[in-house]
Amino acid sequence: MFTYITRRLLYAIPLLIAVNILTFVLFFVVNSPDDMARMQLGQKHVTEQAVQNWKRQHGYDLPLLWNDAEEGGKHLTETVFFQKSVHLFLFDFGISDSGRNIGTDIRQRMWPSLALALPSLLVGLLVNITLALLMVLFRNSYLELAGSVACVGLMSVSSLFYIIGGQFFIGKLLKLVPISGYDSGFAAIKFLVLPVIISVVAGIGAGVRWYRALFLEEVEKDYVRTARAKGLSETQVLFKHVLKNAMIPILTGVVVVLPLLFMGSLIMESFFSIPGLGSYTIDAINRQDFAIVRSMVFLGSVLYIVGLLLTDISYTLVDPRVRLS
Amino acid sequence: MLVLWTDALIYLLVLASLLLAWYLNSQPHMRRPLQKIAENPVATASFTLLLCFVLIGLADSIHFKDSQNNGNEAISVLDVACHAMRDHTEKTYSAPFAAHAYAKETIVLADGTAHWDYPRLQYGGAHLADPERELTADVLNKTLGGFSKGAGLMLMILLLAWADKRERHQRFIRSASGKATWIVLFIVVSLTYTLFSLSQYYHVLGTDKVGEDVLYQSLKSIRTGLVIGSLTTLVMLPLAIVFGIMAGFFKGWIDDVIQFVYTTLNSIPGVLLIAASILMVQVYMTNHPDDFNNLLVRADMRLLFLCLILGVTSWTGLCRLLRAETLKLREMEYVQAAHALGVKPAMILFRHILPNVMHIVLISVVLDFSSLVLAEAVLSYINIGVDPTTHSWGNMINGARLEMAREPVVWWSLTAAFVSMFALVLAANLFADSVRDAFDPRRTERG
Repeated sequence: MFTYITRRLLYAIPLLIAVNILTFVLFFVVNSPDDMARMQLGQKHVTEQAVQNWKRQHGYDLPLLWNDAEEGGKHLTETVFFQKSVHLFLFDFGISDSGRNIGTDIRQRMWPSLALALPSLLVGLLVNITLALLMVLFRNSYLELAGSVACVGLMSVSSLFYIIGGQFFIGKLLKLVPISGYDSGFAAIKFLVLPVIISVVAGIGAGVRWYRALFLEEVEKDYVRTARAKGLSETQVLFKHVLKNAMIPILTGVVVVLPLLFMGSLIMESFFSIPGLGSYTIDAINRQDFAIVRSMVFLGSVLYIVGLLLTDISYTLVDPRVRLS
Repeated sequence: MLVLWTDALIYLLVLASLLLAWYLNSQPHMRRPLQKIAENPVATASFTLLLCFVLIGLADSIHFKDSQNNGNEAISVLDVACHAMRDHTEKTYSAPFAAHAYAKETIVLADGTAHWDYPRLQYGGAHLADPERELTADVLNKTLGGFSKGAGLMLMILLLAWADKRERHQRFIRSASGKATWIVLFIVVSLTYTLFSLSQYYHVLGTDKVGEDVLYQSLKSIRTGLVIGSLTTLVMLPLAIVFGIMAGFFKGWIDDVIQFVYTTLNSIPGVLLIAASILMVQVYMTNHPDDFNNLLVRADMRLLFLCLILGVTSWTGLCRLLRAETLKLREMEYVQAAHALGVKPAMILFRHILPNVMHIVLISVVLDFSSLVLAEAVLSYINIGVDPTTHSWGNMINGARLEMAREPVVWWSLTAAFVSMFALVLAANLFADSVRDAFDPRRTERG
């Protein structure tokens, strides 16, 4: 187990380097440090001296990937890519191109993101599983048919319409909660209710279908038939046996997305103007702030890899048949 | 005749799907699932609706230079068919079937006096002398006229089909799926007739901020949705199939490299990858203005590139499925037997592995289609989707988003985008479900 985890962690290093090179190349093909300097300085007629100063200040005055002027190993180390990446690997995100400390920003904006994403996940899970179990309980009836039709219908609506519709009906017509915004502490709850409801409703279609398929697969197994033969009622079979066994794929499916919750949701946060990491990223894309986008990509990849590792470990914890090697 | 890049690829795709259909139909083991789809009324109805969408999209993909406009502007066959909607642009917003503008303004009368009122629209209901009194009757009259023409045409075709006494055709017409197909066709044809005859005189779905007909916008958006949904698979399929099968079949270091590549791609948040690539294209186009002098060519290039990058970010899921399936297949007896007989690996891959994973490919293509259409809207909302000048549902929603805050509410743009998108995605979802039910071996065994 221990060796397995260390090996997986070591495997993450080349992955992260590859991710870094890819994003680096992508963004520097787009704009050279000179263009970035001109954009950040924000004036039409910037002197060459000012551009050079800005580049030196932000550490963009070296060659990008390969330094011809240096000797030996310094070919690689004395470059923008190396200098900027080493700090990333130490989780020191540095200063953004517009002059803010990215690490502080991320620590601050992480909590609103989590406050939105965690309740959405939990409530969504509860609602989806309950509805799916009900559909399995009433299988081969008109109730199930109606449920399936409703699911396909809900799935076919773009998430943008859920957001716009929710803001319009609940926020504007009924005036139950504010349309958008955020506040600190417990005052934030009234701003979070609407986005949580909307993301749960938007996920019902696909979620219920997925869990229903999961339960249906389980219902046809031999142990369920045995349980019925013992004389258990259908509800007892479903809740005691099927739900318990189906928990394995459900739990591991949840574990893989847990770390990514920190990244927040791009669309929800920008629609409801919640100051989380999702809207932070979108703003950075629009401002072409390379340092922020790169840190967010790095953070996202790390969290994704952590999620994969957690999934594997949770498999061994809930299902003794699985051995890691 | 002017062939844009996406046009050419669409023709290629149509050709490829025709070939695929012919191939599937010639294979006995593929005929059974196809038969199953044909017997399912929901599947045939949604397939008919999808075909209608595809026809509109294809009509919008045949471009030529406009002779009226000094030959500067490229228009499509759909533009010619909808020339009334295209030319009838108002000044700004107007409600569906309105004869007056949405906002009041100062009107100068013939005798020189000015007063503050809703002005008459330039085209919508312009033929009416007194809109307050005549509007409802006129709309009803024209709706009924258009509907009866369309319905009459369909009834005639139905009668002709009914009179066809060949046994196979008769059986199809009497079956439940045949009836579903005819019902959908009937609704679509008579609705199209009604809408077209009404749109000569009114703005059926109103006009947007710059006075463009919303019905025209949603018709034009169909092509964008279809292009995103289908061309992306054209990019994704070769990558997923080649890498997935190779990783599963050869194992060893090839498997390691391919797994490394897709884990890397997967761990980058997709939105950021798309944003970076779209920025790259824009910078490239501003640096090479000579190659992209036409607005339509620029928009087309961006659309094509969006498909490309969506394909690059979305092949990993299918690749993983194919790898797992190939790992299972390569241990099967018939593959082992082929090995023992000395068949070359390339031949085994092509003749024994590929045909046996085709059902997975087919299922995932139809399942991905609807999610890609939905993704376009979201991407356009954060400005990294299609070009803002391209007609697309995402751009319609984006433009109409703030109009809900107006008083009175401008609801028609959003409703139009919602309804047309919902119809396409729902049809695609229903069809995908029946394809999956028919082709997934685990489901067929269950009955």
